[in-house]
Amino acid sequence: MAQAEQALKVKSSGRFWRRLKLLTESPIGVAGAMLVLFWVFVAIFAPWLAPYDPNANNYEALADPLPNDMFLLGTDNQGRDILSRIIWGSRTVLIVAPVATFCAYVVGCILGLLSGYYRGWVDSVISRLADILLSFPAIVLYILIIMRLGPSAINVIVAVIFVASPQIIRIVRGITLEQRELDYVTAAKMRGESAIYIMLVEILPNTRGPLIVDSCLRMGYTTIQIGVLGFLGLGLPPPDPDWGGMVQETYSMMSTWPHMSLYPAIAISSLVVGFSLLADGLREISLRD
Amino acid sequence: MSSPATLRKTAAVTVAAKPILELRDVKISYITRAGRIDVVPALSFSLAKGEALGLVGESGCGKSTVAYAIMKYLGGAGRITNGQILFNGQDMASMSEDQLRQIRGSKLAMVYQDPMSSLNPTMRIGRQLEEVPMLHMKVGREEARQRAIRFLGEVNLPDPELIMERYPHQLSGGQQQRVVIAMALMAEPDLLVMDEPTTGLDVTVEAAVLDLVAQLRHKHDTAIIFISHNLGTVLRVCDRVGVMYFGELVEEGPIKEVFANPRHPYTRGLLDSIPTMGADKHSRRLSPIAGQVPSALARPVGCGFASRCSFCEPATCTTVPIPTIAIPGEARHQAKCVRLSELPPHRRFQVVPGEATAEIAKSGETVLGIDHLYKIYRPSGTIFDSKPAEVRALTDIELSAERGRTLAIVGESGCGKSSLAKVLTGIEVATQGKVKLIDWEIGHVPVEKRNQAQKKSIQMVFQNPDSTLNPSHTVGFAIRRALQRLRGISASQAKTQAAELLRLVNLPMEFVNRRPRQLSGGQKQRVAIARALAGDPALIIADEPVSALDVSVQAAIINLLIDLQDKRDATLVFISHDLSVVRFLADHVAVMYLGRVVEYGTVEQVYAPPYHPYTEALLSAAPVAEVGKERERIILEGTIPSATKQIPGCPFASRCPRKIGSICDDQPPPEHVTQQGHRIACHIPLGDLAKLNTRAAE
Amino acid sequence: MGAFAARRLAALIITMMVVSMLIFAAFEWTPGQVASKMLGPFATPEQVELLTEQMGLNRPAPVRYIEWVGNVLKGDLGYSTYFKTDVNNIIWDRLGNTLLLASIAFAIIVPCSIIFGVAAGMREGSKLDRTISVLSIVTTSVPEFASGVFLATIFVIILEWLPGASTLESGGDWSIASQLVLPVAVMVLFDLGYVVRMVRAAMVDVMMKPYIRTAVLKGLGFRKVVLGHALRNAMVVSLTVILLQINYLVAGVVVVETIFAYPGFGHMILESALSKDTATVEAATLIIVLIVVITQIAGDLGYMWLNPRIRFK
Repeated sequence: MAQAEQALKVKSSGRFWRRLKLLTESPIGVAGAMLVLFWVFVAIFAPWLAPYDPNANNYEALADPLPNDMFLLGTDNQGRDILSRIIWGSRTVLIVAPVATFCAYVVGCILGLLSGYYRGWVDSVISRLADILLSFPAIVLYILIIMRLGPSAINVIVAVIFVASPQIIRIVRGITLEQRELDYVTAAKMRGESAIYIMLVEILPNTRGPLIVDSCLRMGYTTIQIGVLGFLGLGLPPPDPDWGGMVQETYSMMSTWPHMSLYPAIAISSLVVGFSLLADGLREISLRD
Repeated sequence: MSSPATLRKTAAVTVAAKPILELRDVKISYITRAGRIDVVPALSFSLAKGEALGLVGESGCGKSTVAYAIMKYLGGAGRITNGQILFNGQDMASMSEDQLRQIRGSKLAMVYQDPMSSLNPTMRIGRQLEEVPMLHMKVGREEARQRAIRFLGEVNLPDPELIMERYPHQLSGGQQQRVVIAMALMAEPDLLVMDEPTTGLDVTVEAAVLDLVAQLRHKHDTAIIFISHNLGTVLRVCDRVGVMYFGELVEEGPIKEVFANPRHPYTRGLLDSIPTMGADKHSRRLSPIAGQVPSALARPVGCGFASRCSFCEPATCTTVPIPTIAIPGEARHQAKCVRLSELPPHRRFQVVPGEATAEIAKSGETVLGIDHLYKIYRPSGTIFDSKPAEVRALTDIELSAERGRTLAIVGESGCGKSSLAKVLTGIEVATQGKVKLIDWEIGHVPVEKRNQAQKKSIQMVFQNPDSTLNPSHTVGFAIRRALQRLRGISASQAKTQAAELLRLVNLPMEFVNRRPRQLSGGQKQRVAIARALAGDPALIIADEPVSALDVSVQAAIINLLIDLQDKRDATLVFISHDLSVVRFLADHVAVMYLGRVVEYGTVEQVYAPPYHPYTEALLSAAPVAEVGKERERIILEGTIPSATKQIPGCPFASRCPRKIGSICDDQPPPEHVTQQGHRIACHIPLGDLAKLNTRAAE
Repeated sequence: MGAFAARRLAALIITMMVVSMLIFAAFEWTPGQVASKMLGPFATPEQVELLTEQMGLNRPAPVRYIEWVGNVLKGDLGYSTYFKTDVNNIIWDRLGNTLLLASIAFAIIVPCSIIFGVAAGMREGSKLDRTISVLSIVTTSVPEFASGVFLATIFVIILEWLPGASTLESGGDWSIASQLVLPVAVMVLFDLGYVVRMVRAAMVDVMMKPYIRTAVLKGLGFRKVVLGHALRNAMVVSLTVILLQINYLVAGVVVVETIFAYPGFGHMILESALSKDTATVEAATLIIVLIVVITQIAGDLGYMWLNPRIRFK
């Protein structure tokens, strides 16, 4: 029997490698993965990669903020090194976006499962609430929530949960409604499994196909929204670097010093493009499988 | 309504020499990431004007691929890599896209498996039909419309003008398929390719469609390629048959000769795995074909069937390519087997000794008792529609099943057999009446509220092998979990017992680590059976457990069910639409129509006159793959009435060919019960029914 | 159809009620909240209390809610503390400006998304499909403020073809039309790719359906198959997605309006939110949600109209 267990392990790791190998067959997916991995690498090694303290003001540079040998990407309106701020800013976005997306998934999966499995009034209440949240345009909802709670990393995460989870509820609910009618769920009921067991062990694993692709897309979308919040002055409070905030602070100087806004804009765009291309690659694989 | 047998004789005379279609050494390959797969290695046959050729075989043997190759529609990955397909003498490979478009739909037409999805859901039937003559006959809209109406009449659709205005979803499956057939025939094609045209239709509807095809093909002198997995349906329509296996035509010839005297071991295997009408489990076991179709990635040098053939001699069969050999003394009958002359003569109905052939004495112990059971679905009203129609799924059901016996429930879709299963299993609860399982009243207890002993006592095997197992869990997990829940044993005990269960359903040990998508349909059903047996249930409900499987696999599963029932003394409620399987497997039979039991009795009683008129129609419609056993068909008109309608009289009155008058519509039929317990609900007295039945049979 | 419309109307009223309650609960539930926000962070507790008393804010919340709803229904949207005038005086002009922007963008997005989506989806995996797909993925992945920066760098700073601000003031160096180009371009860039991908996905799905095979094997040419058989079915699915873009265009323009200092509705919401102008935010939110819900109903009706399965049950 131990042998069989061993075989099982080999098998499941085999699945993982097989998928990875499949991903390499999609050039779009590989490009996306490279972009994302690049930023993950930058975020992890930020202290070693950043040439300066991101919040240190270099007043001599204020006169000539253009890129030069000392400051590869130039300095901003307060004389801070843009390269260092972009490097440290990757940390902010790569922590807040995944944590927020994950939290939205936890909430969305739980409510979606409950709604689709129990139907009836549970579904009515959850679906209605989700519909109502969905009838607020995302950006308005963000503004309202941040206006109510005040700008902070935690509140950005809370806002993401309110904005993203209704859509996740819809997806999970749809899959659950479909799956609960399948015979294997009936079989589970007939051997006396509890509702929680059926939802978590029988149904939830079968939602992973669509959710993997969705989570990757959503991560990109959340990144955009965090950037937008920063750009609107609703993101993280200064002075910590945040790509959206960097554009906001320097945008009024576009006509004279476009590089101050341009580089952070390129940074956030490349990360989101990475997530989206990766999602597309994953979708292609899931269709083949 | 002339019988196809007489029609076929006239056909034999008109068969002309010039072939409409000729395939010469056609090789069809799919280009995949895993490499080139030769699905069909070298196929040759020809079809004369007005001739009908059936192509039969298990799923995955290349039948449909051949059909779409003939249409030159193989999708992005499919290619014809060798050989020629000649249509009316012209090589299709040399045709331009334009030429191809001109013959498609006009000279060469197709009828598809799933009529619902083959029709455009957002276009009226009329528009879809009119397109054909407007395109190919260059006629105007009005003329096209007239032609469409005429052809809808030809396929026996009532009110053609009304149908023209309908959308596909407003028609029944049978009506949809008639529309597709009308569409195919409108330009009077020379060749009609039919890909499983009746699969998925109810038996009585299927019979009507088959009769229609047999009639129309003579009227329009159309050649037909008729693809089916069901040998019985092919026998009704075709003059010749080709048996396909692993992409090769292993046997081909006049259909009666092939069915009466099959030569190739595979043809024999296919025929032997079908239960014949009249055979039952006490006299013999079915003989399934062992193994499964091998992967086309590695095609062997010799005979493709060698690995599954009981006559195989490795030295002669697997070393050289196998030629197609004409059978001496039989015109146009040939088979692809080197040992043809050495094979013993085939005896179709030989008795394969079963493990328990002796009739067991009546146990008399009732395991399941259903008493005046009603199930009425009342959709909950909304503010705007407070009184939606209720659906009467089950009306006054009275049935019982004894220990160790099989109760079969037969009927077409919508007859209530699945609702009955849901009430028994506790997925739904009864509206009224009682269901007694051993000592418990369970009709009103949903499965969540049933106690451990009750859950353990009743388990189910489902129809669809693809949804019966959770795709995320391994086979071992599924069985172990069932063991732990139902027997309350420890994880380590469950492991050993799971191994035992796998052995019981004849699956190898390695399967514990497999996931459902690595299994074939038959294997999945075996796992499902093992899982159902985990709690050693007193009652197993099997809802169409073999209807999604190939006949050869079907036979093995049926044998397995019989053996397990003998070993475990379990009671089986077997829900099926297949009358020959029921005849073979059941002890008692209940025939259901529109939520009611119209006839009930032992299998001998139900399968012999007097029949309920509905049973009689069902029996006459069931396709039989035996030459000379075809019956005069009773074609049922109309469709099953909606279950939301209140029917004061007999539910079958609206379609009954033996309706005696208004009494059938107005008064509920009395239930005649014989002393032996045979029950028929009909206004016609039993004696008269028996007379009518025997007269029809003559 | 009638029953459906009635049902949707009821749902609309319920949604609006719940939304108004949520907004009220979030911003006006606690009596001191409004007053302290109006007075700013340096007000003493006494001042807050006085103002609360004066405004009648210490009455029970349900009473105040009903009063508020009553006022809104009468057309009185309250006084804007940021714009120092009645909300009515500011909000409709702003909405008009935004609708101008949104309708131009919508008029570009709808035909383009259908053309590109159908062209990409009719032959899945073709070169055209891959090009359109990758382009749309990239354009939707660039945040609006980033594409604003990119476009401004090129067209305003380097080429000097267009103005960097779109304040809608005539008489300056730039015509109104030229002021609209960049905001519309940013919106179209961000939104078009998403809609194209949705239409493409619907089209790919339809092209694999058996009834398309039926049409091909009838002998119809590819053009007729795509336009006559596939398009309508693809539109059934896409219509809802397309109409939902109106929401983005009306409310999601916050960013675009902020970049180009465009005097629109979205920018107004942001300004009033940043300055805690509760009355303006509440009124704007109610209007936005009403627009969204009405679009949804229009989407559902359109879906029913296109889909005979629902129309003829």
